[in-house]
Amino acid sequence: MQGIKPIYKKELSDHFSSYRFLILFALIAMVSMITAYMVGMSISKELKDIAKPKFVFLMLFTSSGAWFSLVQFVAFFGPLIGLILGFDTINRERNEGTLSKLLSQPIYRDAVINAKFLAGLTVVAIMMASIVLLISALGLIMIGVIPGQEECVRIFIYLIVSIMYLAFWLEVAILFSILFRSVATSALAGLAMWIFFSFFISLGASAIANSLTVDANDNNSDALVLRTKIETTINLLSPMELYTDSTTIIINPMRKTTRTLVQMGMMEQLSMSRFSGPLPLSQSILVVMPYFIFLIAITVVFFAFSYVAFMRQEIRSL
Amino acid sequence: MELKTVIETKELTKIYNTQIAVDRLTFKVYESEIFGFLGPNGAGKTTTLLMILGLTEPTTGTVQVLDVNPVREPLKVKRFIGYLPENMGFYRDLNAWESLRFVAELNGLPRQVAEERIVDALRCVDMLKDANKKIEAYSRGMRQRLGIAEVLVKNPKIAFLDEPTLGLDPDATNRMMGLIKELSKEKHMTVLLSSHLLHQAQKICDRVGIMINGRMVAQGAMDQLAEEKLGVGKETYTLEEIYMKYFQEA
Repeated sequence: MQGIKPIYKKELSDHFSSYRFLILFALIAMVSMITAYMVGMSISKELKDIAKPKFVFLMLFTSSGAWFSLVQFVAFFGPLIGLILGFDTINRERNEGTLSKLLSQPIYRDAVINAKFLAGLTVVAIMMASIVLLISALGLIMIGVIPGQEECVRIFIYLIVSIMYLAFWLEVAILFSILFRSVATSALAGLAMWIFFSFFISLGASAIANSLTVDANDNNSDALVLRTKIETTINLLSPMELYTDSTTIIINPMRKTTRTLVQMGMMEQLSMSRFSGPLPLSQSILVVMPYFIFLIAITVVFFAFSYVAFMRQEIRSL
Repeated sequence: MELKTVIETKELTKIYNTQIAVDRLTFKVYESEIFGFLGPNGAGKTTTLLMILGLTEPTTGTVQVLDVNPVREPLKVKRFIGYLPENMGFYRDLNAWESLRFVAELNGLPRQVAEERIVDALRCVDMLKDANKKIEAYSRGMRQRLGIAEVLVKNPKIAFLDEPTLGLDPDATNRMMGLIKELSKEKHMTVLLSSHLLHQAQKICDRVGIMINGRMVAQGAMDQLAEEKLGVGKETYTLEEIYMKYFQEA
C-alpha cells in the first residue's frame, strides 16, 4: 500500500524525538528499577513458603514486594502509555492544517491511520520489551537464578499479551483523536474511559450483583455462585480485568483458574494444597486463550470504529 | 487553434446537510493557462477544488481531469495535481529538505529523482540557502514559498493554489505572483489560482471565473467579460470593476 511506509517512518521518528517519549522512557526505567529492587529484597522471604521453588524467575514479575508487582503496575498504568502516545494522533494534524495537505498526496486515506497505529504499536512494543528485559537483567544480577525454557516462553507470552493490551488503549486514544477536534477533549475522554474501566466498573459490578442476589449467604450456595457469576461477567467487560486474569495465569503457573470464588469443604481444601503443583504451560495457555482472543477482538472492533469514522469524515472539516 | 481541455465539470453540485455549497457548476480549464478562480469567502471555491481533487465526493454532476474521473480514481488524479491549501500547515520540527523529501516519498519517487526535484524546486522558490532551517523559524512568506516548492516536487501537470498570497506583504505578494506566472510559462503548468487580490490576478490570469453563492456567474477572458458587462474595450477597465458589477447583481 502506497504511503504507509513514509508516514510510518515519519511518525516513528516523531515519537523518538519527542519529549513525550523521553518522559515515558524515564518512567519506564524508574518502574523497572524499583520493581526489580523491591522484588529482589523480598524474594528470599517469599521463597520460604514454597516447598519446591520451581519458577523463581517468574516471581520477579508477580511477587509484589513492598507495593506492587510489575504485572499489577502494567495493568493499572499501562493504559496511560497507550493514551499518551495516541491522544493527539489525528486532531493535531487537523488543527495544524497538515492533514489536508497529507491527503492531497497520492495515498489512500486509510494509509494515514494504519501507519500511525503501526508506529504507535512499534513504540509500545519497544517499551514493553525493554521493561521486561530490564527487569530480567536486574533480576539475574540480584537473585542469580537463570530462567528455564518454560519460564522464557511464559515471559514471552506475557510480553505479547501486554503489547496487545497497550495497543488496545492506543487504539482508544486514536479513536478519540478522530472524533474530537480539540486535543484536550480527546485526552480527557481517554482518561475518563481509563478511570471508568480501571476503578469504577468493579464497584458497579459488585453493587449490581449484590442487589440482584439479595438472598445469597453461606447456606444458599446457588445464589452465592450466581452473585459471583454476575460480578465476573460485568467485570470482564473491562480490558483491565481481561488482562489481569490472563497474565497472572500465564506468568504464575501455580494459579490454575481465573475464578475467584472457591467454596469447598475441609477435605477438598487439604487435597488442593497437597497436590498444588504448577500447571503445565499448554494448560495455562488453554485457560487464558479466550481472554486473549477477546482482548484482540475489542482492539479490532475499536480499530474498525476509528477506521470508519476517519473514512467518513468530510475533508472540508479536516 | 483548438485548446486542450484539462479540467471539465458538468452540473457539479455539492450539498452539505441542507446547505448548497456548490450549485450546478459547469466550467472548463484549458492547458497551460492561469485560470483565476475568484469569488467572496464561502462562495464554494475550496469545495470545488476538493471535488476536482477527489477529496470530496460531489452530490451530483461529473468532473473530468485529463480524462480521469476523480471520484473513481482519486489516486491517479492526486498524482498529477499539486494542491496548495488555504492556511496550509507544516510539520514544524522538520526543515525544508525533510519536508520536501517526505512529499517525494509519499509520491513514491525514487531517491535519485527526488533529490534532483527537491534541489530544483528549492531553486525555483529561491530557498536553497534556508533549506536546513527548521520550518518553525520561517516567516509567512517563506512558508508560502515552501508550499509552492512542495507542489513543484510532484512535478504536477496542474497546480491548485488556494490563496497563495494570503497574509503576505506587498513585495512578497508581487514576487509570489511573478513566480506563479513564471512557473506556468516555463513548466507549461496549468494553474488554478484562487485569490482576492484582483489587481494582482488581473496581471497574470489568462481567464477568470467568478463564483458567488456556489454558482459560477461568469467565466472567460477578462477582455470579453469587460465588454459584456461594462461595455468598454481593451485595457480601460479593471478586474475589480467587473467583479463588483457581478457581485452587486448577485
